[in-house]
Amino acid sequence: MFDDGPRPLVQVQDLRMYFPIFSGIFRRHTGDVKAVDGISFDIVEGETLGLVGESGCGKSTVGRALLRLYNITSGRVIIDGEDVASLGPEALRKKRPTMQMVFQDPQASLNPRMTLARIIGEPLNEHTDWSTARKLDRIYELMDAVGLNRRFANRYPHEFSGGQRQRIGIARALALNPKFIVCDEPIAALDVSIQAQVVNLLEDLQEKLGLTYLFISHDLSMVRHIADRVAVMYLGRIAELSPRDPLYAKPLHPYAEALLSAVNEPDPVRAANRRRIILTGDVPSPANPPKGCNFCTRCPKVFDRCRTEKPELREVETGRFVACHLFDDKPQAAGSTGASEANERNQQGVTQ
Amino acid sequence: MTDTSVIEAPRSQWRDIWDQFRTHKGAMLGLIVVGMLLTFVIIGPLFWRAEPILVDPDAAKMILGRNKPPTWDHPFGTDQVARDIMARLMLGGKVSLAVGFVAMAVAIFVGTLIGVLAGYFRRLDGPLMRLTDLFLSLPLLPLLLVLVFLYGQAMRNAFGINLGTFFIIVIGIGLTSWMQVARIVRGQVLALKEQEFVLAARSIGTGSTNIILRHVLPNVVSPVMIAATLGIANAIITESVLSFLGQGFQPDFPTWGSMLNYAYNNQTYPIQMIWPGVAISLTVLSVNYIGDGLRDALDPRIRGR
Repeated sequence: MFDDGPRPLVQVQDLRMYFPIFSGIFRRHTGDVKAVDGISFDIVEGETLGLVGESGCGKSTVGRALLRLYNITSGRVIIDGEDVASLGPEALRKKRPTMQMVFQDPQASLNPRMTLARIIGEPLNEHTDWSTARKLDRIYELMDAVGLNRRFANRYPHEFSGGQRQRIGIARALALNPKFIVCDEPIAALDVSIQAQVVNLLEDLQEKLGLTYLFISHDLSMVRHIADRVAVMYLGRIAELSPRDPLYAKPLHPYAEALLSAVNEPDPVRAANRRRIILTGDVPSPANPPKGCNFCTRCPKVFDRCRTEKPELREVETGRFVACHLFDDKPQAAGSTGASEANERNQQGVTQ
Repeated sequence: MTDTSVIEAPRSQWRDIWDQFRTHKGAMLGLIVVGMLLTFVIIGPLFWRAEPILVDPDAAKMILGRNKPPTWDHPFGTDQVARDIMARLMLGGKVSLAVGFVAMAVAIFVGTLIGVLAGYFRRLDGPLMRLTDLFLSLPLLPLLLVLVFLYGQAMRNAFGINLGTFFIIVIGIGLTSWMQVARIVRGQVLALKEQEFVLAARSIGTGSTNIILRHVLPNVVSPVMIAATLGIANAIITESVLSFLGQGFQPDFPTWGSMLNYAYNNQTYPIQMIWPGVAISLTVLSVNYIGDGLRDALDPRIRGR
């Protein structure tokens, strides 16, 4: 290990996840839904990477593909030094404790016929040969950690509120001391007041246990609160991957700009001056994405090159990666902080 | 919360289920009735020693004692050859109940197995469901008759006349009535396996066998339970049809179904029809109630209401 900064725990290289389409009388393979179409990113140990995008852009698929809940089409997913995408069944099973998931719907992700103790204890049953008493100790410990009363151990999921159920889901994910947790819209199904509790719980646990999160969400304000870096996805590809503050201060990719302009502004004075970018048209079908940039059909700053050539994700400023032709001819000089420059190019894009 | 109430250790779920089951009045009544029927057919013959099968060799006595209404000597009366009906009910009940429960168990086992495999493993879905369709399209009674005709003798040679007949009938009925269960279970499994808790189990690293046993099967219990309770009645009746057609038990060997069948064809003495009819109805009804209670008891969402 060279001592060059924090170690990436998760490295995703050119991940593709296509779902085949079978049609016709003979159920022939006639195409693919390109849910995830070649994305790459790293997650550093202990950081939270937010993954945002509109419905159907492939966020959840990325999360599930990372944990090999789908067999990915191509690419590499290196988690803690091992390529999860190519592990055999038994090796994968041994690897599972390192990476866990918190699901979106706390109701659907808990088996209605198992008690809380059995739900949280399931990972222990699968991966340890501990005695019943030791398992029970661990279950109580986990319940304490996520703020559930120990007396709830005998209850069933339907007896809990949404927030409590999500805590059960988190406790189950924590049972095997994972390093990496994919949070697949863990707060989307919760009330706003409960959302804050759950997010704070996730943050506390991260601090205490040194967890690494991939936080998938479409709630931009919540991502701003919890994430260190944010990846904006559009139609199966990453549009922009930037540290949180610069991204929210000045998004570079036109899609990120449009998406972030939709964030509600609590201050009424500023809200009055807010300029919303309203995109026209619909998201193209992921089965038949545009030939050029995926966003070219709706981009307000589109120009000819966008329609013919897919832009690659490249670093345009320190730590900021954008997949957009607007930034292509930018010199790759190290340390250039061309905030205003970038702005000018945006202006040029508009005049096209 | 600062109270230091004792934290209960996780209870065995069977205890919870029993506690809930006890609150279901119909189910408890059904359990008692089935218990009484079982006592009647198993313990009964130890105390009631009238001859159920052999006809009295004394022809005059036999003819005088035919088709008698209930008396103290014969509480349920006598049949067309002066045999005691109560003794026949006891012996017949043993066979009928055994056929009903075992055939149902075979059908449920095969049906659930095929349904789960077809629903859970995509590759098996096509072949197994086509097999199910194939079985559904067969005329079942002729199939059953052929089955018993072809293999009945071999089974009788291997296990003795009555036990051999019992096995071939149970296997025959079981193997021709699993299809509905398989279809229901497959449908349920298809829906269940897309649920997030199954995905969660996979992300934990639970193997397919454990996912099926822990997450899928407990959630398909309800429809299976209903199919099972209905299946018992069906099995009892099918057995009587087989016996009536001469491919089941020997004509003089009583079962509830064959007693009912015989009485039904000689309607001069309707009382002879009532006894086995009541016995079959009681069994089916109480098993239905037990199934109902079990289904409720197994569902934690209903439990405790």
